[in-house]
Parts: sequence; C-alpha cells; structure tokens
Amino acid sequence: MTSHATMKDARTARWAEIDRGAAPAWLQAARRTAFERSMALGFPTTRLEAWRHTDVTPIARATFAAPEAGESSRMAPLAAAATLAGIAGPVLVFVNGHYAPALSKSGALAPGVRIESLAAAWAGRDTARLESYVDPEPETAAHAFTALNTALAVDGALIVIPRGVRLEAPIQLVFVAGPESDGPVESHPRVLVVAGPDSQATVVEIHAGQGASFTNASTEIIVGDAATVTHHRIQRASEAAFHIARTQARLGRDAHFESFVLGLGAALGRNDVDVRFDATGGECTLDGLWIHAGTQHADHQTFVDHREPHCTSRQLYKGVLGGTAHGVFNGRVLVRPNAQQTNAQQRNNNLLLSKAALVDTKPELEIHADDVRCTHGATIGRLDSQALFYLRSRGLDAPAAYEMLVQAFAREVLERTRDAALRAAYDGMAAERLLALAAGIAAGEGAA
Amino acid sequence: MAEPLLEIRGLHVEVDGKPILRGIDLVLEQGEVAAIMGPNGSGKSTLAHVLAGREGYQVTQGEVRYLGRDLLALPAEERAREGVFLAFQYPVEIPGVSNTYFMRAALNAIRKHRGLEELDGLDFVKLLREKLKLIHLEQDLLNRPVNAGFSGGEKKRNEIFQMAVLEPRLAILDETDSGLDIDALRIVSDGVNALRGKERGILVVTHYQRLLTYIVPDRVHVLAGGRIVKTGDRTLALELEEKGYAGLGAAAGNPA
Repeated sequence: MTSHATMKDARTARWAEIDRGAAPAWLQAARRTAFERSMALGFPTTRLEAWRHTDVTPIARATFAAPEAGESSRMAPLAAAATLAGIAGPVLVFVNGHYAPALSKSGALAPGVRIESLAAAWAGRDTARLESYVDPEPETAAHAFTALNTALAVDGALIVIPRGVRLEAPIQLVFVAGPESDGPVESHPRVLVVAGPDSQATVVEIHAGQGASFTNASTEIIVGDAATVTHHRIQRASEAAFHIARTQARLGRDAHFESFVLGLGAALGRNDVDVRFDATGGECTLDGLWIHAGTQHADHQTFVDHREPHCTSRQLYKGVLGGTAHGVFNGRVLVRPNAQQTNAQQRNNNLLLSKAALVDTKPELEIHADDVRCTHGATIGRLDSQALFYLRSRGLDAPAAYEMLVQAFAREVLERTRDAALRAAYDGMAAERLLALAAGIAAGEGAA
Repeated sequence: MAEPLLEIRGLHVEVDGKPILRGIDLVLEQGEVAAIMGPNGSGKSTLAHVLAGREGYQVTQGEVRYLGRDLLALPAEERAREGVFLAFQYPVEIPGVSNTYFMRAALNAIRKHRGLEELDGLDFVKLLREKLKLIHLEQDLLNRPVNAGFSGGEKKRNEIFQMAVLEPRLAILDETDSGLDIDALRIVSDGVNALRGKERGILVVTHYQRLLTYIVPDRVHVLAGGRIVKTGDRTLALELEEKGYAGLGAAAGNPA
C-alpha cells in the first residue's frame, strides 16, 4: 500500500473519530459534508488552473501524525520566539493545532469580546450563533484543502468583536508546528473572526515551526457593516515544511478589510486570500511580500469577488526570489454584472536575485459590468545595474548596495503596515532574510 | 610642486570591441579645475565612467594614476572611498531609499575607510543641512527617495549636494549643465565654485561653453574622436563657441 493510501485511511479514521465525538449537529453535518467533498476531490492536481504551477504530490506522498492536545511545554521556546515581542494585546498560542492555554495570555477583554479556543467555543452552550457564521457556499474543486480543514479542524481561534467595539491592540494567534517522536505532524487550524458592525480589530496570525510538518490553515473573517478588520499572516514555517493557508473575508456594507501576507518559510507554500463583497461600499487592501531562496516554492493567489456596486479593492504583491526558488502569483478579480462603479487595482512586482529563480505571474480580470475601473500590472525584473553602480560610485560595497536596493524594493509593501510596532517587527524579519539573500548574491554571480 | 592628482597616459578604451578612447593623455593637478569639451560621441562620458569604475568598458592600453596609484585596479567603491566622485549626467532614481539614509551609508563607508569614526545621527543631519544651503535645496529633500520624482534640475543639484557631503579629492562632473535653465545653472555653478580647493581637482565634462562662464576653468581640453586634440586656457572654450567643433577637425586629423 502506498503512503498516499495510508494517509487517506489515517485521515478517514481521524475524521470518524471526530465524527463520533460530541459536537453540535450543524458542525457535525458541516464536517461530514466537507469530508465527503474532500475525499471526492482528492488533493488538487496541476491539471486544475488554480494549481497549475504548484504540485502538491510531495504532501500527498508524505506521512504525518496528528497528535492530540497535550503536553506543550516542549514547544514553549519556539512559541516564545515566534510571538512578536513588545506588542500589547492578547496572545493565543496553538501547538500542532491545539490551543495551549499555558503558553497564552488573554488579559482583560471589553464586554462581549470573545477571544478564545474554537474547540472550547464549539463545546460551549451557545453554538447556534456560531452556526449562523457558516458560509453556505460549498467549496470549489480548487479548494479541496479548505474542505479537508473543515472536516479535520479540531481547534483554532474564535474572535468575536461586538458592535461598536474598537480593539486597539493587535490580537496575536501563534501557531507552532513541530515534530513529535513519531515523525512529522499535520494540523488543520481554523480561525473565525467575526467583527460586528462598526467594530475594529487587528489579527496577526503567525505560523512557525520545525521539521517537515504539514499545516493546512483556514481563516474566515466576517467584516460587519462599517467595521474594519486588519489581518496579517506571517508565515515563518520551517524551510522543510508544507504550508497551505487560506483567508476568506466576507465584507458587509462600507466594511474595510486589510490583509497583509509575509511569506518567508516553508519548502512548499500556498497562500490564498479571497475577498467577497456582499454589500455596497466595501473596501479592501491586499498586500503581500514574500522572500524566498534555496529550493523554496511559494504560490500566492488572490480572488476578489466584486458582487456589489461601489466597492474598491487594491492589491500590491511583491516577491523577492533567490537560489532556484519558484514564486507564483495569480490575482483573480471578478466583477459581476451588478457591481457597477467597482474600482479594482492590482499590481505584482517580482525581483529575481539569481538566474535560476523563477516566477509565474498572472492577473486574471473577469469583468461583467460596464462602468468600472480596473487596472493591473505585473513585472519581473532583476536588480538595476545602473542603480548598483550609482550606489557603488558613492562608496557602498556590492553587498551593501544589493541590500539597499532589495530592501527598497520590499519597503513599498512593508511601509503599508500602519501599526508602527508591527511594522518594525516585520521590517526586522524581512531585513534579516534579505540580508542573507543579498550577501549570497554579492558573493556569487552578482559580483561579476 | 605637489604630485599630480590625476595622470592619464595613452588610455585606450573599447566598448563591445568598438574603440571609443584612442589614446588619452591628460594631467590634472591638485587644485586645478579643467574642462573637457567635445562634440557628441567624442568619448567624454566614456572617459568619465571609466574613471569612476563603471563596468562594461575594456581598457586595452594605457594607465591612469590617481595620486600616484593605479586607479584602474580599484573597484568603483574603492575609488569612491579614496576620494573619486562622479556627478552623473543622468542621476539614477532609487525609489524606497531616502537621501538621508543613502548619504549616511555612503559617508560612513568613506569615513570608515579613512579610519574616521562614523558620524552620529545628530552631527550627520547638521552636516546635511549645512550642505543643502550651498545648493539651495529644501530640507524635505532629505526624506525623499533618492532622485525619485525629482525634476531634472533637482537631480543635478542633488549630485552637487552629494559632492559637498562626501568632499571628494577628484570630482568629475559629467554634463552637469545639460538640461539646466539659467537659474539652476547658476546655483549648481556656485555650489561647485564653493567646493574648489587647493587639494581638490575638478574635471568638468561638457558639451557647451555656457557652463564655463560660471565655473571658470584653469585649463580646457578638447576631446574629439577619442583623443585630446587641443589644450588651452579658458579662451579656448570661447573659441570653440565661435567656430564650433568642426573647426578642430584638421587638428584632430580625425573629423568628428
């Protein structure tokens, strides 16, 4: 028997065990539907347009254990290192998908605010409200991983912000994945953020870990009327890890959603950000920066579904690639017939630091309304030799000049983070990574 | 007499196998301001770039001594640290890097090379403000990205500002006058004149005589067909203005 079949059996057994456990009826039904869907779909293949450049057979072929919740102190140093220092606000830590209360701190919360383990919420009394947040639209074939997450997610974070409440301090959700004694592990963490009308919150989702783990994260964000939600996904998974993540946001009337994705880790990474305008006047900003080297593969996809008039979407995704890394960007914008006065902008710029690095970028605009403004642009380039000479002619050596130019390229995205403390933290992470890349380049072909 | 700042002997340079400079001989003394004039395609900018260390030029013959040392053996950044400065004809735009950050990195690289302590933030900003006045630039320039969105005149002034901050021994101004209106030309020239000094040599590369009424050179070299075809005092520039470069064709033996 192949390990693929073994894992299929293992996941079936895991689901059956979850199915036997106590859960509200609606959740059990949702898990059953999702499980059947995910088994029917299997893992996506490169024959699917949305997965054309990303081959997930390495994930399908590998074997992963799914540890129970339990002793998490061993992962404490990793969790501490992954948590952003000097940032006020609650921190929820999850070890291999399970909430680790001993490593978390919540602090005092405003009345009605919920920031807690999803498993606890599901086991709680009032789950009818949670049911109302379930998106009735079924997963498409492109999102078999999301279906798998729905079927197998046993924990994660629930964040509920009541009407009119504005949380200043960001909420950190720290997910650490690490090997157990019996080998690499998989987890399917789930995050649900519900921002009531006129509320405001910033959620920072951090993924870090060790070893060849497989994380399949799914985050749903419901942005109420006139609410503002900022979601940052900081992907610092181990460079041996498989990391699949999807963020889905549904926006109410005049709602604002800001998404930033910083992709640094994983051997094979896939990140989807999907935004759906369910009412008029919504606005979203989707930013991304990924910096990869070695043999890393990173696939970033966005999908903005303009269903209603007078909504604005802006996207800026930038990639820096060295070594033989492969980056993919696919930005899909759908403007439905009803969505007049849509303003959709999209830009993807890529910087290649080595001859063997590769980028596939594709804007995908599908416009069915006639009174809209949609722009898109994609570039793939190398460091400007004139700019390099200019810097060197002022006394900077080649590594310093490379570093300065690469940092400048990345800065355009980084400086869009409004929270100064978060911006400084991300600057530091990006700088550390870029410095290593720039030094490698200057020492290699760049010096020629 | 002090040793020459710059000595170019029999310099031949090719680009992609095509000869551009065909035996340049030129001496620049310490404290001297010399103009290099010549028609388009004469090799003026090539000479400026070769001196600054730009890659892509093949030196096939000859040598360049800078304070007695082999200049051509040094990479561009070493030349800058040793005091060579090129004011670019087309200053490069670098979005995302502020002028302050750039100048601080450059000045500290040079100071470190010379065994001087790096300037701290406060002293550095004070220095920058002082130098800005020299070329009438607004302070907001310091926080703006290097040359990005600058007008042509601002870019040229920024080059002279950088020169003022970095205080080179040898400054090469590559067509710094091109694209400047009279007011900007005057400001740039005043800036350059303020930087004239006993030890500093300045090579003013230009197509037009106009600049030389503001920056009065000690010597004028005429470059044509890749060679210096005539050397004289400032009156040579006026002569060129009257007769044009064509009049020098016979002297060059190589009509430009």
